[in-house]
Amino acid sequence: MTTNSRSAAPLLELEHVAKAFGSHVAVEDFNLAVAPGEFISFLGPSGCGKTTTLQMIAGFLAPSRGTIRLEGCDLTQVHPSKRGLGIVFQSYALFPHMTAAENVAFGLEMQRVSKAERAERVRAALAMVGLSGYEDRHPRRMSGGQQQRVALARALVIRPSVLLLDEPLSNLDAKLREEMQIELRQIQRELGTTTILVTHDQTEALSLSDRIVVMSKGRIEQIGTPQDTYERPSSAFVAQFLGKTNDFTARIEGAGPARIVAGGWSAPAPVGLSGPVTISVRPERIGFAETGLPGRVAARIFQGNHWLFQCETECGPAIVVRPNDGLAQPGEGEAVRLAWRPEDMSLRAGAAA
Amino acid sequence: MSAAATTALPAATPTVTPEPRASRAPLWLILPAVMLFVGIVLVPLAMTVLLSFHDWGQYKGIEPVLILKNWQEIATDPYYAEMFGRTLRIALITTLVTALLGAPEAYILNRMSGRWRGLFLLLILGPLLISVVARTLGWALLFGGSNGLANKLLMSLGVISSPLPFLFTETGVVIALVHVMMPFMVLSVWAALQRLDPQVEHAAMSLGAGPVTIIRRIVLPQIMPGVLSGAIIVFSLSASAFATPAIIGGRRLKVAATLAYDEFLNTLNWPLGAAVAVLLLAGLVLIVVGANALVERRYAEVFR
Ligand SMILES: Nc1ncnc2c1ncn2[C@@H]1O[C@H](COP(=O)(O)OP(=O)(O)O)[C@@H](O)[C@H]1O
Ligand SMILES: [Mg+2]
Repeated sequence: MTTNSRSAAPLLELEHVAKAFGSHVAVEDFNLAVAPGEFISFLGPSGCGKTTTLQMIAGFLAPSRGTIRLEGCDLTQVHPSKRGLGIVFQSYALFPHMTAAENVAFGLEMQRVSKAERAERVRAALAMVGLSGYEDRHPRRMSGGQQQRVALARALVIRPSVLLLDEPLSNLDAKLREEMQIELRQIQRELGTTTILVTHDQTEALSLSDRIVVMSKGRIEQIGTPQDTYERPSSAFVAQFLGKTNDFTARIEGAGPARIVAGGWSAPAPVGLSGPVTISVRPERIGFAETGLPGRVAARIFQGNHWLFQCETECGPAIVVRPNDGLAQPGEGEAVRLAWRPEDMSLRAGAAA
Repeated sequence: MSAAATTALPAATPTVTPEPRASRAPLWLILPAVMLFVGIVLVPLAMTVLLSFHDWGQYKGIEPVLILKNWQEIATDPYYAEMFGRTLRIALITTLVTALLGAPEAYILNRMSGRWRGLFLLLILGPLLISVVARTLGWALLFGGSNGLANKLLMSLGVISSPLPFLFTETGVVIALVHVMMPFMVLSVWAALQRLDPQVEHAAMSLGAGPVTIIRRIVLPQIMPGVLSGAIIVFSLSASAFATPAIIGGRRLKVAATLAYDEFLNTLNWPLGAAVAVLLLAGLVLIVVGANALVERRYAEVFR
């Protein structure tokens, strides 16, 4: 679905968008084209400019530079109340003096939808988020998860062209968050609403999105599908931020067919590299083998469905994750050799930090 | 207490648990406050109520008997009805004006950036920092007859031909009261605004609401409890205000508080003064408690 729609005209475009607060640059040269129906996540550590970008799309902040286009029309001169976007705020921002139904109905009232149609759409929206029967509750009498659902229903009932979510699940406990993630994805699929989710939670971004925009210090680090970004991180930052990763310092040796050598492990080197390089490998892609990088198991931790090994090697510390498949595993203090397939690693010039 | 309990424990019979003593402890702890309250509030109040039933004569002074003379006089003489009516009217108009000016003032103040906000907050709190006498005399100097500074200026500019009446008018009293009561309203609304989630206005905006709709449908209902509690404070303070009506209103424009004062200190008719004071207090308590109950029931959802 996403591959098809991406070739279509983008619904939302950000071109060279930047935002500075005084001398502090919060967002720098942000370029993104969002296809209709796509689910995009802005992922990055706190303070990297995710909210600022979202607020510029919503219209609560004016960009310092650049243009934002929705369906080809420049949004910069359009007032936030005329953009027709659905927004779910981190604090939910429900109207505390209105019942759940009144909250959801507010946007429809503003659109002057007839009373009968309004009632029907409010009912349907609350049913969609699983809140039938809670119509007359006030937000303060609802749990965090329920308030979250009301906020989602309120944003979706106006049939927004784009749904913007700013860390909507970060105030929920882990179990509820997982449930809401699944539900959010289902609802989004069903309605086909183009969605932008801001999050600092990598699992959330990985499990929900069609594409992830990884951000750091106001810049885009990488844009790609969850699998792409996870498996082929384009920078050390992305590799570190998306899951755990091992960085080994290796050397390029020999000429003709040059080889990458990390201790006892080696593989053919791609052309054009020389000197020290950094190898990044995910913990679950490293195995114990007969030959490879020699090391010693410093600690072995049982984690239910998998084992976590902390190893010391001559190229630096390494984390290895093995599934708990019932086979014998090396014990603490045991000498091991680590090996991985060349296609499971990514390479960067220079030694590991 | 815990040390005493541990040493006493072995001697105590098993049937006596420390439970009842512990539960009585709070009662003992509030005793000093209760005594203070009884001593300086309830006893004088009861004595004032009692005093209002005593008799008084120009030459015989106060006679400690129980009669309804004072109350009858207040109930039948239209002078008192007019005076209490004026007190109520002044308090109501003052409350209305502070609400109409103070709520927007607090809202604008709340949206100002840090430095300006501090300055304007100080300006608003200003009247509270100046002695009521100095402040009220200031008003009198500005608008006091044809010698008042503002009156002189306006007349020399030809804006008005005769001095604006200010002293000894209800309008004057209301203006001066509004001036001093404004901080209470602004602070009360301000407190309500602090509890407002700033994103709520953005949420309403994103749903298509214009600025007027946002204020009317989103902001106002949420700060209404603040406006109403501010109104209760302003109303009770204005109805019982003494210094401002005494200086601006003078002898010609009496309100309940200045009348009670005059009965006590000029006529020396303490029992009648006591009756006026008790009636003012009872009326205020009734209105304030009633209004408060109404507000709390109506806005139960907005209060946490
Ligand atoms: N109104 C503002 N004034 C000044 N600096 C701001 C403002 N809003 C955000 N910033 C700064 O911009 C940066 C990005 O903020 P934000 O977009 O909220 O980050 P994120 O949502 O990714 O955590 C932060 O360093 C923050 O301090
Ligand atoms: Mg944020």
